[in-house]
Amino acid sequence: MVKGTELFVKALRAEGVDTLFAYPGGQAIDLFDALYGIDDMEIIIPRHEQALIHAADGYARSTGKTGVCLVTSGPGASNLVTGIATANYDSVPLVCFTGQVPLGLLGNDAFQEVDIVGITNSICKYSVTVRKREDLGRIIKEAFYIARTGRPGPVVVDLPKDIQNGMGSDVYPDEVSMRGYKPSEGVHAGQLKKALAELKKAKKPLFLAGGGVNIAGANESMKKLVDITGIPVITTIMGKGAVPCSHSLYLGNLGIHGSYAANHAVNECDVLFSIGTRFNDRITGKISEFAPDAKIIHIDVDPASISKNIVVDIPIVADAKLAIDKMLEYVTPMKISKWVEQTMEWKQKYPIKMKECKGMSPEAVIRYINENFDSPIVATDVGQNQLWTTQYFEPSGNGKLLTSGGLGTMGYGLPAALGAKLGNPGSTVIAISGDGGIQMNIQELATAMVYGLQVIIVILNNGYLGNVRQWQELFYGKRYSGTCLKYRKSCEKNCQKCAAGEEKCPKYIPDFIKLAESYEAHGIRIFKEEDIKKAFDYAMQFKDSPTIIECIIDGDANVFPMVPTGKGLSEIIMC
Amino acid sequence: MEVKKRWISLYVENQIGVLAKISGMFAAKSYNLDTLTVGETQDPSVSRMTIGLTSDDMTFEQIKKQLNRNVVVIKVIDISEVPIHKKELLYIKVNSCSDKDKSEVFRIAQAFSLDIIDYSRNSVLVQCVKTEDKNNDMIALFNKTFINRIEVVRGGSVAIEALSLNDR
Repeated sequence: MVKGTELFVKALRAEGVDTLFAYPGGQAIDLFDALYGIDDMEIIIPRHEQALIHAADGYARSTGKTGVCLVTSGPGASNLVTGIATANYDSVPLVCFTGQVPLGLLGNDAFQEVDIVGITNSICKYSVTVRKREDLGRIIKEAFYIARTGRPGPVVVDLPKDIQNGMGSDVYPDEVSMRGYKPSEGVHAGQLKKALAELKKAKKPLFLAGGGVNIAGANESMKKLVDITGIPVITTIMGKGAVPCSHSLYLGNLGIHGSYAANHAVNECDVLFSIGTRFNDRITGKISEFAPDAKIIHIDVDPASISKNIVVDIPIVADAKLAIDKMLEYVTPMKISKWVEQTMEWKQKYPIKMKECKGMSPEAVIRYINENFDSPIVATDVGQNQLWTTQYFEPSGNGKLLTSGGLGTMGYGLPAALGAKLGNPGSTVIAISGDGGIQMNIQELATAMVYGLQVIIVILNNGYLGNVRQWQELFYGKRYSGTCLKYRKSCEKNCQKCAAGEEKCPKYIPDFIKLAESYEAHGIRIFKEEDIKKAFDYAMQFKDSPTIIECIIDGDANVFPMVPTGKGLSEIIMC
Repeated sequence: MEVKKRWISLYVENQIGVLAKISGMFAAKSYNLDTLTVGETQDPSVSRMTIGLTSDDMTFEQIKKQLNRNVVVIKVIDISEVPIHKKELLYIKVNSCSDKDKSEVFRIAQAFSLDIIDYSRNSVLVQCVKTEDKNNDMIALFNKTFINRIEVVRGGSVAIEALSLNDR
């Protein structure tokens, strides 16, 4: 007989958890007590539970392992909510343990009680309160199994205090058997053959690789598939890196800020062979005009992702890697040189490139990263910084792009980068953020310092919530409502100074360099492209602490190309 | 795409919060839900739900998939197009009845094979076990005959697959 908390620690060990993202509190104190002094697991205490779960998310995305969180009840649990939804959208395996008031107090509006299972039902893969001590081992085992199999996702396990302290069996099961959860296994040969037959007939075929290809670790297989068939390939932002960006047949991302070539290829292809994508509205544009001439084939591990937004002709429920590897047994080179030439012409004629900017362009910063770091892991925040990064960053080798693609969570970048660095201590890890998003989890500079994490934090500071500002400029008559971060009470209403010149604007706060210094971290502010190298060289000398590189960029810089919302992909605006 | 009535028989784990997970999914995804009943089965660890909803084909496919991917769901059976037996319990209380009204209630009960299950000086309680559509008709009839004097409670449909003709 052991206490629930001892079984909890045993379970984490059995699951091979080497890093636990945790924050103490009244209903987690017993669990923390059981973790006291153990040395086979690193226990990371971030400075806010939202950052905690994003760090676990960044750890999971960058290592392929399951991220594990432990927080207390009430606000500790509810602070996880945004991170759970973020992971759920992007199919990230997480197991989140939340402390809970004792069973007898549940529903009594006890101190720090929230119904976290109820709150998270619609934003996680599974959520459960352990109500019997004898179920504890089985439920933890199931949680890990559910989180990492099929389409991965977050699982919430709520642990009332008396379950934690209850005496019971010390058995942690080896296997699970759940009648309600059977992730797809194997590939339906008949459907795959049907798809390949359709592909063979195609004159203008196109591969679309989504995040599922990266999650399944099918990158090499995907590249082989493209190499053998000679079919052009496009990606979603979550699929970026599914084939090397330098591949001659790679046309770029599709969708709202995708490349001309990728969007036009979708428009004109006759077979769209898509793998591991949800056909989210950001990639389809106006649904009725999406791939109008194409037969659509769709491989996805999640049946519910198939024919949800786009009706597909041939659905195949399968893991991306299994399916692609099976395809490799059958595919042959295709005679489609005219089509390939056409796509190459688009690619060459309309590359993604930023207009001349005042000062420095974000493109130059990101290209510097591409050219000067070996397989870096880059985490983005959300907004223009994210869009530019997903346009220009070229993941290579074991490098990865970590971005909140589905939920679009500001504040994701820095903590995700910390999690990635913890999971990949040998890799260069860079967070690219805007001046808005970085302030949503800036307190994590402390976490980076105390655990000695060298993370380079690039802040693209344009003084605005730039992506919304861009929409206001293009579609809302330059009515910059709520998007200027230099705004102070003393400013005149309806200010449009950004159009007239910024000399009279109030000073930007905070001073990110001084802020970094207050954490004993480092900071450097640059204004010109010539200084990019100097800044990164400066950051690279601090091997066990973070550095902020604040890039002052043009407040008017916008992200192009762009497909206006509600329009078809053919209505792409180039600049 | 045709918008029509659909029926699902759903086997779920008999646990606290399961009803919230299923009904919450319908609410979160803006699926139309007409009726949902739930009860324990012969196996106390399993509950069975009967769900009636109105939707087009594409939404219905998505609903079935979303139910299937829910960990607490053991089995989703689409019984929209198969022979089923389906009934709903309906109580109609008719208040402020004169003698003439009472006779009318009895006449209606006889004509439509309803049961009178309780009776007082001024009120009559009618029990009606019919399909959802028939019950709608009954409510309409009583509503028209005894304006503002009826009180209605209905239980939602339960359905089970019919036995095969071949086995008879």
